[in-house]
Amino acid sequence: MSAFDSLKDHTKEGRVFFSRALIAFVVVLILMGVLISRLYYLQVVQHDNLAALSDDNRVQLKPVSPTRGLIYDRNGTLLAENRPSYSVTLLKEKVSDVEATLSELQKLIPISERELKSFRKRLKQRRRPYETVPLRFRLNDDEIARIAVNYQRLPGVQVEADLIRYYPFGAGLVHALGYVGRINEKELKRVDATDYSATHYIGKLGIEKFYEPLLHGDVGYHKVETNARGRVMRVLERTDPVPGQDIVLHLDIRLQQAAEKLIEGRRAAIVAIDPKSGGILAMVSNPGYDPNLFVTGISTKDYKALRESPDLPLFNRALRGQYPPGSTIKPMVAMSVIDSGIVSPAHTIQDPGFFTLTRGGRHYRDWKRGGHGKVGLEMAIYQSCDVWFYDVSNRAGVDVISEYLNKFGLGQVTSLDLPEALPGILPSKAWKKKTGRGSWYSGDTLNLSIGQGWMLATPLQLATASAVMANRGVWKQPRMLKGVMQRSQREGNTIVDGSIVDISGLEGTSAVLPDIKLKNDQYWQKIIDAMIAVVHGPRGTARKVGTGLDFQIAGKTGTAQVVGIKQDEVYDAESLDERHRDHALFIAFAPADKPEIAVSVIVENGGGGSSTAAPVARKVIDAFMALKQQDADVKELVRSQ
Amino acid sequence: MADFQRSMPDAQPHLARRRGLWSYTRLDAWLLLLIMVLCGYGLLILYSASGGDMGYVVRQAIRMAAGFAVMIVMAQMRPQLFARWAPALYVISLGLLLAVLLFGVGAKGAQRWLALPGFRFQPSEIVKLVLPIMIACYLASRPLPPSFRHIIISLVLIFMPVVLIMKQPDLGTSLLIAASGVFVLLLSGIYWRYIFGALAVASAGLPGLWMVMKDYQKQRVLTFLDPESDPLGSGWNIIQSKAAIGSGGLDGKGWMQGTQSQLDFLPESHTDFIIAVLAEEMGMIGVLVLLFIYLLIIARGLVIAAKAQDSFGRLVAGSVTLTFFVYVFVNIGMVSGLLPVVGVPLPLVSYGGTSIVTLMAGFGLLMSVQAHRQMISH
Repeated sequence: MSAFDSLKDHTKEGRVFFSRALIAFVVVLILMGVLISRLYYLQVVQHDNLAALSDDNRVQLKPVSPTRGLIYDRNGTLLAENRPSYSVTLLKEKVSDVEATLSELQKLIPISERELKSFRKRLKQRRRPYETVPLRFRLNDDEIARIAVNYQRLPGVQVEADLIRYYPFGAGLVHALGYVGRINEKELKRVDATDYSATHYIGKLGIEKFYEPLLHGDVGYHKVETNARGRVMRVLERTDPVPGQDIVLHLDIRLQQAAEKLIEGRRAAIVAIDPKSGGILAMVSNPGYDPNLFVTGISTKDYKALRESPDLPLFNRALRGQYPPGSTIKPMVAMSVIDSGIVSPAHTIQDPGFFTLTRGGRHYRDWKRGGHGKVGLEMAIYQSCDVWFYDVSNRAGVDVISEYLNKFGLGQVTSLDLPEALPGILPSKAWKKKTGRGSWYSGDTLNLSIGQGWMLATPLQLATASAVMANRGVWKQPRMLKGVMQRSQREGNTIVDGSIVDISGLEGTSAVLPDIKLKNDQYWQKIIDAMIAVVHGPRGTARKVGTGLDFQIAGKTGTAQVVGIKQDEVYDAESLDERHRDHALFIAFAPADKPEIAVSVIVENGGGGSSTAAPVARKVIDAFMALKQQDADVKELVRSQ
Repeated sequence: MADFQRSMPDAQPHLARRRGLWSYTRLDAWLLLLIMVLCGYGLLILYSASGGDMGYVVRQAIRMAAGFAVMIVMAQMRPQLFARWAPALYVISLGLLLAVLLFGVGAKGAQRWLALPGFRFQPSEIVKLVLPIMIACYLASRPLPPSFRHIIISLVLIFMPVVLIMKQPDLGTSLLIAASGVFVLLLSGIYWRYIFGALAVASAGLPGLWMVMKDYQKQRVLTFLDPESDPLGSGWNIIQSKAAIGSGGLDGKGWMQGTQSQLDFLPESHTDFIIAVLAEEMGMIGVLVLLFIYLLIIARGLVIAAKAQDSFGRLVAGSVTLTFFVYVFVNIGMVSGLLPVVGVPLPLVSYGGTSIVTLMAGFGLLMSVQAHRQMISH
């Protein structure tokens, strides 16, 4: 052995190493024990917790939105449907760089600034994890294809199919139906969050809003297993959504379209009601706007155009247009004074063309210069003699008149399912005081008696009052809903009557008025006869529209002043700006003896009720009768075959 | 050198009488069998962890085959050959580590690779073997237990490559390498007072370590201390791996049935976190089987070391074996949330190239020590 080696004690080194290796092995065993106890802790002690955590990871409840109920007219014509629409969406969790993805997408499909803006807004809003955020709606086939071929380059970008509300009749029905739009955070707070967890659209206006609970349906669930990136791997369990109920309206789209045509290009409204049911057969407010623009969100530019249009297309004239009713309320005023016994039905006055409260005082003029001469109740209505009404209302006082007008639904909302309807104004002493307009003057009463002054009413209210008159006081709450469609495979679609549909929670939005009981029931016929004379009498203000009928129309013209005419000033339509011309009004029902339709027409700045509004009402009634005949013929044809 | 060679008498004729046919391979049958079982088990787990991707399994098997080749070659060499080349290899390794810092390539902010035409490799892998060989060579040629001076020189020899690797930065590897060097020192029989003294100094120096750590390394430690503080960020990995392990329970969800791993909730499921796949799919039983295989390998390694006839063989074999255990402990400890996340693969199970070859080379070294025993003492 070398000198170097001699310094080493091999045996001792081996012994030392052996002891160290043994210690090391013991340490290894101890550390193995640590690992095993850690595993025991995780896999046995904490097993349940961690298994739950792992399940929470992978199993998610994915809500499935119900299909929104459809809306049909009374004959089963589809008024609001759901159409498949493709939108491009982003999944935030999967997109690493949103801005880069957006600019990449912009190279593929056109995306407007507005869409980008609302996308960013939506991105910031509270949302469920792994919920996609829509960027652009209504993609066409070409755009879908262009995105699809680039899927690989665009992680997190998806083309999604959705059902989107579509209104085939567009602008013509918007004021009758309302529309749906994308649900916003405020609305989400109002509705049941669970039920709406998959819903993107909600009724914003009109029928769509009012019958939201019926139309929406119940949310369904898919219990899905997702991977870490939120992709659904498989469906573990499913609870299908319950689609919303299909509802049927009283509306007849053919009558609606006919009515729409009659007032094309005018600022006007028509409401037609079936007096027997209160069902609204047609409700037109012109101009309208395309509700389809609002469904996925209207552009600021389009919205601004609608808002700033001088014709106010967004304004629902039928429900919210509060106009001075003018002479259309005279039959009801006459009813109030005779039924309350203030004057007898035979009350007659001498009309010099004006009325004064005190000798030599202010002249309350009749529309006819020089007056009507000797005027009784019937003539006062068919000739629309103002002075007769000045006289009787001055005798009766405002409160008697107000009370009766109120029974006809004026000054209040009476409709069942038109939440946007306004009540108008039915003035009374109390009302004037309460609203801070001072005390009531006799002159106010005179103005009220001819539907001027403070008095305001909507076309819906006038049609309703007309229907109540047609029913001889029997109240039928005006309504859009006829019933719900029962889908049955065996029998096809059948309409279930609205009265047996459980719409609890929907009723009671407005009071159902009691039927009007007159002290003398004969007065109904008396007033109606006078209204018939308006159309059919030789001197009736609407006699021009009363020809060529095999039934009678009861009606009343009205002309409402837009600007006040000063004492002794002559109203000259030609010299007035179009916007300052009188509103033309007409209410009617037909056939007078067995009413099937009650109508109100208002044409803003249309001039006279007899010249402008009455012909429109006549044509609506004509259209209604023609449709009735047509339906009967078809039925006959079907039966004979 | 002449002295050194003289100290190795020609043992061939002496040994020939006692050799069986197998001994011509110079492979240790026990170790070989255990490694093959481990590799097979590893491939089984990898197949599931990769989501049933045969490509991964094939590539891993090729690496293992390459590893076996390296192991067989290493086993044929005499341990003294390594000892002779140790200083040169050590210097070359330091040069390569410097080169990595200067021209290295890498990913995720770390430079670990040297790109050579045709392939790239990690010099730190070489160091994993070169360092224990170097330290063992240095100490074995001196009286043991080593004197204080020799200990200090050994520590300096350990310190240089460790710092260079830490700079890359690769904390996991630098710790493993430091451990492999320190194990040689510990096994050489240094006095306990030095060991406890060093421990005291180290614990005092912990705050200093914190100061030099990179931000992401500090983040890992913080996340380890409180994974819930950032459940979707850096805490995600550990929360998901704990959920995977825990949800596996005693007998697991079944092979290929682990929801955490198959649905990609588990990050790095086929590399560093692969034990979580095993724990989830085959439960605690599956992990215990794996730990038992590891324990047997370690036991066999220590037996080989104990039976080695010179200090160099003992120290190298002991260090390689214990370092192997450090891999196992750090990896499982990190995945199960006992230790902070450092990039240490699970030996022969995690998917990955160079570490497999290095580990197999280490086993080759063990077999070399076992096969070339001197019989002089008997």
